[in-house]
Amino acid sequence: MPKHTFRLNGRQVAVDVADDVRLLWVLRDLLGVTGPKYGCGINVCKACTSHLNGKAFNPCAVPVKDIGPTDEVTTIEGLPDTVGRSLHPMQEAWIERDVAQCGYCQPGQIMTAVALVRRVAAEGRSITDEDLDGIRNICRCGTYSRIRDAIRSGAAEM
Amino acid sequence: MTDEDLPPPAAGGFGRRRFLGYVLAATTLTTAAKLSIAPSAEGIVSPQPTDFLDLNDLMTVAALPTSHLITVNVNTDGTVSFALPRAEVGQGITTSTAMLIAEEMDVPLDRLRVTLADARPELLFNQLTGGSNTTIATFTPIRVAAAIARLRLLAAAAAELGVARSDVTLRGGVVTAPGHTGLDIGELAAKAASSRTEEVRVTLKGREDFTVIGTARNRVDALAAVTGRKTFAMDLQVPDAKPTMVCRPPTINGTVRSVANAATVRAMPGVTDVVTIATGVAVRAETFGQCIDAVRALQVSWGPGTAEGKSDDDVIAELRRAELPMGLPPLTPTVDTRFTFHFRSNSALETNCAIADVSGGRAEIWSSLKSPIVAKQKIAAKLGLPVSAVTVHVTEGGGSFGRRLFFDAALEAAEVSKKIGKPVKLMWHRADDSRQGRTHPMALSRVRATYLGSSVLGFKQVHTSVATDLGHGLGEMITALAASIPVGDLAFSETFFQLSQTMPYDFGVSNRVLNETDKGFNTGSMRNVYSPDMTCARELVVDRVASRMRKDPYQFRRGSLRSDRARAVLDKVAEAGSWGRRLPAGVAQGIAFHDEYRSMSAVLVELDCRPEAVGRTIRDAVTGPRVTKAVIAADVGLAVNPRGLEAQMMGCLMDGIALALTSSLHLRDGHFLEASWDNYFYTRQWNTPPDLQIFVMPPTTGDPGGAGELGVAASMAAVACAYGRATGTMPTTFPINHGVLSFEPKPTVPPIPQSPTDGLQHVR
Ligand code: FES
Ligand code: FES
Repeated sequence: MPKHTFRLNGRQVAVDVADDVRLLWVLRDLLGVTGPKYGCGINVCKACTSHLNGKAFNPCAVPVKDIGPTDEVTTIEGLPDTVGRSLHPMQEAWIERDVAQCGYCQPGQIMTAVALVRRVAAEGRSITDEDLDGIRNICRCGTYSRIRDAIRSGAAEM
Repeated sequence: MTDEDLPPPAAGGFGRRRFLGYVLAATTLTTAAKLSIAPSAEGIVSPQPTDFLDLNDLMTVAALPTSHLITVNVNTDGTVSFALPRAEVGQGITTSTAMLIAEEMDVPLDRLRVTLADARPELLFNQLTGGSNTTIATFTPIRVAAAIARLRLLAAAAAELGVARSDVTLRGGVVTAPGHTGLDIGELAAKAASSRTEEVRVTLKGREDFTVIGTARNRVDALAAVTGRKTFAMDLQVPDAKPTMVCRPPTINGTVRSVANAATVRAMPGVTDVVTIATGVAVRAETFGQCIDAVRALQVSWGPGTAEGKSDDDVIAELRRAELPMGLPPLTPTVDTRFTFHFRSNSALETNCAIADVSGGRAEIWSSLKSPIVAKQKIAAKLGLPVSAVTVHVTEGGGSFGRRLFFDAALEAAEVSKKIGKPVKLMWHRADDSRQGRTHPMALSRVRATYLGSSVLGFKQVHTSVATDLGHGLGEMITALAASIPVGDLAFSETFFQLSQTMPYDFGVSNRVLNETDKGFNTGSMRNVYSPDMTCARELVVDRVASRMRKDPYQFRRGSLRSDRARAVLDKVAEAGSWGRRLPAGVAQGIAFHDEYRSMSAVLVELDCRPEAVGRTIRDAVTGPRVTKAVIAADVGLAVNPRGLEAQMMGCLMDGIALALTSSLHLRDGHFLEASWDNYFYTRQWNTPPDLQIFVMPPTTGDPGGAGELGVAASMAAVACAYGRATGTMPTTFPINHGVLSFEPKPTVPPIPQSPTDGLQHVR
């Protein structure tokens, strides 16, 4: 079976698995990293959102063979380390605003939010209502309003 | 009996708060509550059952005989633990429960460890999470156990320090006495324990002394949720419980006739097992990805299902035939309208899932279950095991909305594990959850309001629905109590219906009936059950009657509501939402009221139906009219955690928006078309109101009412009313976009879609 290696939350990891297995299952079923959640498996719900080299991506839609040895995959578990703190400012904003209800969607929501703020900052502007309207992540508990508030306050601290 | 209580027994206020409980024999302090008083049964005689006993009275009565088994434990590390016999699915009951204990014990909230109890058959009815009943039923017993723990800690500290009981105080988890260093409750946990079980009399704190209850607190699991450490069923690492999925039929409840290529599929990469079960063909593999491959590769010949050949219109026709007659039309003016509510999915974001390990005459199950006792009994029956050989662990749930009252995945997982003799981690694919999972049944609601001049003389609502499956324990509970409730021998669902529905307006002779038909669908009670549809229909007719009488919708409601509590929430949203303010053509306000669970709610929305709002284009989405502003007021008697209540109201609003505008299942040829969140249009960010205000009313009754479902009905109704006023046409079919199919349906064979491979092209 082919061996695949990549960087995961700051560590080099290796797995033996078929090329086409999507990264979400490599993370969850083989490596036991369960922060990214399954909600659809077809890149719709965004519950699995993680970062690839600092940008948002959905591991349910990426075969493991597409990830190279130097690629850095960051899941919610590794997010605090990217800022060298015990919690990322966006996670703190989420706690401050008491966003989570069941919490199932929230790792994906936070990873989406962080990438959005980075992208908007790279464009030299700040978050708009249109940016927030454009977030596709499902929250079946309906925490959308608190998510919007938390993104704005988290962005201010990033 | 010992009497450790400091204040003497007293009449009035104290009497109401005085209860018996236990200290149990244990090595560290363990206290339990015994409820010895029945809930007050006062009430006026009325033709409306809900006036003297609503669903929550029923559930609380059922909870009484066994409530003494709820225990609070003080641990040597200074934490306090409590195994809540309920399911946490996002509604915040672990937090509110921790608050009740922290309040009575005077320990900090972060010392509390509230977990979810395994299925405990000895609790009989006291382990059903439903009807927004948790806080209503547990408010007193949990506090009694906590208050006894506090007294025992004080007594132990006084003995330890050699001081009088009156000299010790417990605050912040530390007992202090003048001239002594503080003693942490952890140091007292063993000393305060009892070697025998004793009955104790205790007086609960007065409401005026509350410092935790009624204050806004963040969730106790917030950190776990935002770090990804919160553990759901599929995150558990049970040895050898490998990913398992089921290849399901192309039509609802179709059956397996034969499998042509089981051996080939069994030889696919990663696959360990292929086995036929009652609901399809199960595959177990090293990863869920390989399960998906295997499910898609299976060649199965399927028998017909239980809704074979049916489409939406066939079910509507069935419902029309089952509709009970309205009686002769009166001679006075009437508004007489029929509303159609299409099938809707109560699918949560976490799909149906469970882990099962069945071997050697025993079974162990892990799943989010709101009726774990019934699940345990049914699983035992299915496996042919004694109930005592089945252990059922209740895991944290990724949403419920009614779904987790049932245990479909747990039953399947148990069946698969038994058949293959290995542990399984069974998960439904999203497409399965949407197409074969339980639905809120399609219903017709016919409303006839009779009026003369400016009074409503009568209001009749005939609700006809595809049968709602209540076979998750609520039915058993109602049966056991049938003699004590005033609804005679009605069917389970009719009892539930009558107990949950009210007529809050003074509308003369009012009555409601439910008739059900067609048991061919997988249904269940969805958040707020009958109320969203019933209330939406009612409130639209209220608007119509108001308009016929040339009255303002808010003032008309205000003048017709029967209680001050009701008027207060309505006034609140009208005032905060500037009812009646001038808006451009195509934008309108809607206002609606709903009461249930001993709570009151009102919602005001502004809905933008102008082309620029409706015509917004977002790929694979329904944008539609936009709720630009929403104002909600909730009076739950006493909000244990106002911040948690606000969260529930926000979620209820998002549900109500979806129910009114966008979310439904389309039935075609015996199956539902929706297989994705981009097919089933639950509220998304682009549908949310940019302006949302939620008001938690100050305590009224002083006792907590239900909160988790309360806001759905009024939210849906307010959006519907706003739509009617913005467009000038009263909507009668819900959701309003049901007539337009806004997506390309996915195939039914294979039953689940393959995961895409182009994810790297969408990195952003
Ligand atoms: S599971 Fe990856 S987007 Fe839904
Ligand atoms: S918090 Fe439950 S799905 Fe978002």
